[in-house]
Amino acid sequence: MVRMSPLLEVLGLGKDFGGLAAVRGVDFAVAPGQIKALIGPNGAGKTTIFNLIAGALAPTRGRVLFEGTPLPVLRPHAVAARGIARTFQLVRLFGEMTVLENVLVGCHRHGRAGWGACALRTRAARDEDARLRLRARAVLALLDLEGRAEMPAAALPYGEQRLVEVGRALAMEPKLLLLDEPGAGLDRGEQAHLAAIVRQIRDGGTTILLVDHHMDFVLDLSDEVLVLSYGEKLAEGRPAEVRSDPAVVAAYLGEEAA
Amino acid sequence: MSARERWTLLLAVMLFVSGAAWGVRSTYVLSALTFVALNAIAALGLSLVMGFAGQVSLGQAAFYAIGAYASGILTATHGWNCWAALAMAVVAGAAAALLIGLPIFRLSGLLLAMASLGFGIIVYYVLVNWSGVTGGPSGLTGIPPLAIGGFRFDTDARVFLLAWTVLLFLLGLAGNLVDSRVGRALRAIHGSESAAQAAGIDATRYKLGVFALAGGMTALAGGLYAHYLTFINPSPFGFGYSVELVVMVVLGGVASLWGAVLGAAAVVLLVEALRAALPLVASSRGAAEYEIVVFGLALMAFMIFLPGGLVSLRGERWPPARAER
Repeated sequence: MVRMSPLLEVLGLGKDFGGLAAVRGVDFAVAPGQIKALIGPNGAGKTTIFNLIAGALAPTRGRVLFEGTPLPVLRPHAVAARGIARTFQLVRLFGEMTVLENVLVGCHRHGRAGWGACALRTRAARDEDARLRLRARAVLALLDLEGRAEMPAAALPYGEQRLVEVGRALAMEPKLLLLDEPGAGLDRGEQAHLAAIVRQIRDGGTTILLVDHHMDFVLDLSDEVLVLSYGEKLAEGRPAEVRSDPAVVAAYLGEEAA
Repeated sequence: MSARERWTLLLAVMLFVSGAAWGVRSTYVLSALTFVALNAIAALGLSLVMGFAGQVSLGQAAFYAIGAYASGILTATHGWNCWAALAMAVVAGAAAALLIGLPIFRLSGLLLAMASLGFGIIVYYVLVNWSGVTGGPSGLTGIPPLAIGGFRFDTDARVFLLAWTVLLFLLGLAGNLVDSRVGRALRAIHGSESAAQAAGIDATRYKLGVFALAGGMTALAGGLYAHYLTFINPSPFGFGYSVELVVMVVLGGVASLWGAVLGAAAVVLLVEALRAALPLVASSRGAAEYEIVVFGLALMAFMIFLPGGLVSLRGERWPPARAER
């Protein structure tokens, strides 16, 4: 098998908060088409790494390459424009907007209509809007949320809100999807449903990098796992290898068993 | 409301307004209603800033003044065509907003309130002291009324009709905007800026855009004001007017386009009522100070008892949970 060049490369990435080093020189790569997971106990630096990739934080050291070129720093919208979508640890929806509108915001980057065209409702703007609505509805269909389209997002139960957030990210048609603790706050049934959807997204050609600390959920779902501890890489490999890695068992699984 | 319903409603109001322009004989009433429209145009701009960018501007009077003086000076002093001058006034208002917005929206927090307050004061003192151009405290006279060919907007009824036409047209455009790709981006920024950015929306640019839009709209109202009165001086464009505009938006309801109109109507009514009532209980010289007190109390009462503003009495929320066309 020919080894494909990675979609995302993280090189010597480090982040200090004041005197505290939250991430200390982490290297890893994400190959196109895989589901990769970052796991580790709370405070291991998982979400910080996400925020560094997504441009929400600036790295103290190191850099992130996407398709071989560096990602913009501290300009999350520009990172999104490169084809990287994300969800948040605590769901961040536009609560007063409908479910459909939330997903339509994800379609934003596929539209062109500017201030003038929108205010005047030109034919081009209306046609574009109709196209975006079709796209958004297709995403809702994929997530079984068609019946919720016209409801205010804030009125949905938490599990469905999380799906709407995934839908918003999907509507961006990203090359890389970052999922920050997608399983958090969901019951087992909802987690299984989400895992099926994530696989489906991967099979559709989107690469996925996720952060979680539900071991079962992650090991089951991922093609490759990176274990973090205190901002450093502890182990990396296939879920089965990582599960039996003595360092991981000692630092993380052992801790959970205790 | 769908786009068709929205424009139907606007058309209905327009018919009503046209009827009023024919039927109402009192120039006092027509002139008060004209000021409602002019204030509503400025308040509409501010409500977009407060509703979308989530920030308060305490210097909107400056944009009103920029519009009034730009259009006034270009026509009265330089003999420009009035419509070209009015267009230039709008451009000047938007450009001024861009200029002060650029450093502000890169940062955030209460900065706009502070910076716009400072901007408002600077503009006011420039108007007072740059006498060679602005006419100083005694003002600028000889501003021609707007005219199309031989038809001059020089009666109260005509200006009333013009002002309301402009207002309703802008309300229609603003309604379109709210319910569009750009509007969704703005509402998303208001809902969660970080999530909007993650969806590829450049929040800084959109906030700047909405502030420039408000600057242009407010300047347009100022320009119409100048051509209506044909005389302007700095005193109506002070800090007090900026506060009045904020009161209009809050009274009407920040989260509503029609709220700006209701708020403007309420404030104009309130001011007129106070002018009639206050001399009965206080010396006429003190009336202006009592106005501030009454506004303050009204603002507090609304914050406490009706935070959604007058519009919320109808039980309608904005952004409207809209049905599919």
